[in-house]
Amino acid sequence: MNVNFKTLMEREERFSGGHRMCAGCGAPVAVRAIMRAVDPEDRAVVGCATGCLEVSSFTYPYSAWTDSFIHSAFENAAATISGVEAAYESLRRQGKVSGARKFITFGGDGGSYDIGLQSLSGAMERGHDMLYVCYDNGAYMNTGIQRSSGTPRYADTTTSPAGKVIPGKKQNRKDLTQIMAAHNIPYAAQTTLTANFKDLHEKAHRALGMKGAAFINVLSPCPRGWRYEAKNLMQICKLAVDTCIWPMYEVIEGDWILSYEPKNKLPVEDYLRSQGRFKHLFTSGNEGLVESIQKQVDRDWDLLLKRCKY
Amino acid sequence: MNRKSCLSGNEAVAYAMKQINPDVVPAFPITPSTEIPMKFSSYVADGLVDTEFVAVESEHSAMSACIGSQAAGARTMSATSANGLALMWEMLYIASSFRLPIILCCVNRALSGPININNDHGDSMGARDAGWIQIYSENNQEAYDNLIQAVRIGEHSEVQLPVMVCQDGFITSHAVENIELLDDMTVKDFVGTYRPVNSLLGNESIAMGPYESADFYIEHKRQQAEAIINAVQVVAEIGTLYAELTGRPYGLIEKVSMDDADYALVVIGSTAGTSRAAIRILRAEGIKVGMIKIRVYRPFPEAEVAAALEGVTAAAVLDKAEGLSGTGGPLYADVCTTLHRHRNNLFTRNFVYGLGGRDVKVSDIIYVFREIARESADPGNMQRMIPYRYLGVRENTHPGEQT
Amino acid sequence: MKRKPALPGPTDSWREITPGGTIRGGASAVFFKTGDWRTWRPVWNQEACRQCLLCFPVCPDSSIPLAEGKRTDFNFNHCKGCGICAEICPVHAISMIKER
Repeated sequence: MNVNFKTLMEREERFSGGHRMCAGCGAPVAVRAIMRAVDPEDRAVVGCATGCLEVSSFTYPYSAWTDSFIHSAFENAAATISGVEAAYESLRRQGKVSGARKFITFGGDGGSYDIGLQSLSGAMERGHDMLYVCYDNGAYMNTGIQRSSGTPRYADTTTSPAGKVIPGKKQNRKDLTQIMAAHNIPYAAQTTLTANFKDLHEKAHRALGMKGAAFINVLSPCPRGWRYEAKNLMQICKLAVDTCIWPMYEVIEGDWILSYEPKNKLPVEDYLRSQGRFKHLFTSGNEGLVESIQKQVDRDWDLLLKRCKY
Repeated sequence: MNRKSCLSGNEAVAYAMKQINPDVVPAFPITPSTEIPMKFSSYVADGLVDTEFVAVESEHSAMSACIGSQAAGARTMSATSANGLALMWEMLYIASSFRLPIILCCVNRALSGPININNDHGDSMGARDAGWIQIYSENNQEAYDNLIQAVRIGEHSEVQLPVMVCQDGFITSHAVENIELLDDMTVKDFVGTYRPVNSLLGNESIAMGPYESADFYIEHKRQQAEAIINAVQVVAEIGTLYAELTGRPYGLIEKVSMDDADYALVVIGSTAGTSRAAIRILRAEGIKVGMIKIRVYRPFPEAEVAAALEGVTAAAVLDKAEGLSGTGGPLYADVCTTLHRHRNNLFTRNFVYGLGGRDVKVSDIIYVFREIARESADPGNMQRMIPYRYLGVRENTHPGEQT
Repeated sequence: MKRKPALPGPTDSWREITPGGTIRGGASAVFFKTGDWRTWRPVWNQEACRQCLLCFPVCPDSSIPLAEGKRTDFNFNHCKGCGICAEICPVHAISMIKER
């Protein structure tokens, strides 16, 4: 986008303070950045699945959203916004409504990978002109840190606890971004919070500027669920990217484009050691688990590089 | 110019939808309502309506899209049956809580399990607490007329609630009958333009669907309760307006031969048609029978039902659905509440019938009348003093034997 | 700062609260104070600050107001004291002290 950082920061805030997200939560940082990418002259309609973001951003009578906002239930944010978008198409065609609108839906990994996967898939398949943003904090955080299919392997959650016999979540995490790319939508991307937010802003702006269905998956760390000091949000995101655990890339009309290749690829151990949810991996008896994670990440990274024709 | 035609219930309802010309129709197929979105899709494909048709991937998404669409200021309609309605169950409550006048064609079919595609009222009865207005149709003419009125009822400023218009699956939805259709302009004028109170696409931003603590939830429910109570008056008003337009009267209930009836039937849906034949036969024998057909089940027409049952000796309440309360079906529960407040000593019997499409014949209705006449005259017979019973179920394994 | 609109409150009757739970007029949350959540408080060293604005977007609570393209002191009505801004500042112009 042809707007420099400072000018971008001066845009009117579309997600206000006064919401009830935890101190240091990654999700509102992601939301602010996505909403900042909406051009000032455009109006948006925002949908949101039930979850941390929704209950905290609209507790009656306080809404943190400058634009129109709708939440209906947990598994259907995409279906709800499909209806709004369809209404807009119909009313605009009939001359009953005028002016451009951007339709943006937010869902956590719970509402996107799991219970909301069906309605997300349906909305993307039908090609509604909308952007779906998953704020991936790797568990059902709102109900108290239960595992989702987006939870990384061996993470300690309250339904996949690291116990005496089982060392946390047994399965690898599902790759939702790739699933979305396989829907052959015009735009699918994966990103997170970087210091200048350039990657996120550009991806959001690109997605909003394209006609049709777009999907962005934003890694949004949760200090409470991941057990790190809240102030370290940006450092955690940087480790996720530099270890290649959370690669940043986009798929534009089927072309896979890598957004960032770390000059110095860090070992996954650096990321794992930074969070309490993985601390059991470093106790005796659990040797080899970190190695298996490293193997998996390396394999996935190689596959991604191949797809991006590196 | 109004015109006469022959249509099935589904075709009649799809035609009414075409004339109403809603802005958005999100729908998912399920027997026996499938023909409605099918027929409507062909209207869309031929450019006969302005509607945006959304072929959603499940009924839950259908109602979710309805909510999003209506919240964006678009007149929105859909159709479903049975487990499709059950799948959208949580969304029905949400639609009502958002005060969105979504219109749903519910083609009544039995709920699984076992899976059965035939008619009974289990589906809409299961949704009776969701805060929707429920209007039941006896035949295709009523299905057509009810749908047109439903738009005015739901959108009324004193109501602002979603409405489901029910018709019996296969019996009404698929059977072709004579029907009088209004002309397009008449329907267009009657339903008018939708003027939403709030819209996501409006000039002012709105936020819908809050999280609420105990500080507010019960007050919002009280508002919904007020709206449902207001609907009693509004349904009657719209019915009167429609009668002026068509010559066909519509109230909350319909009374047949009730003025001097000793024995009354309380019934919903197409069985009312079967009952008319039974009433003619028994009246010819000199037995004073009558029927109260419930057209609007939610809100429950307590005052009308109480008034209609005033002079009778005995009443049989027919439930085409089970509530599995162990004490009777859903309609029976509401009738008993009414009677408790107005006339506590009326002799009543509840017959659960027709589940899973079990056929109900004129002879069955005649049997019901004869039973309540006999039992009400013989209060000493304790053997048969069970108020809640089944009609038409096989009690014995010998074929041909009557219960 | 906008004037606080008449928002429904927990003493209003059922007739007075907004039907359906719908709220009009955009971000009413600005009027809800979350500043009392703090146990740590950021201190902005205005002299050391280079106005790079890297702190502005990392705040989960939009608590670093801008005026004419430059950051001003924190909005303590909303700041929850998470310290992310202090960590990201390249010149250490933000420090965290214990909240009173």
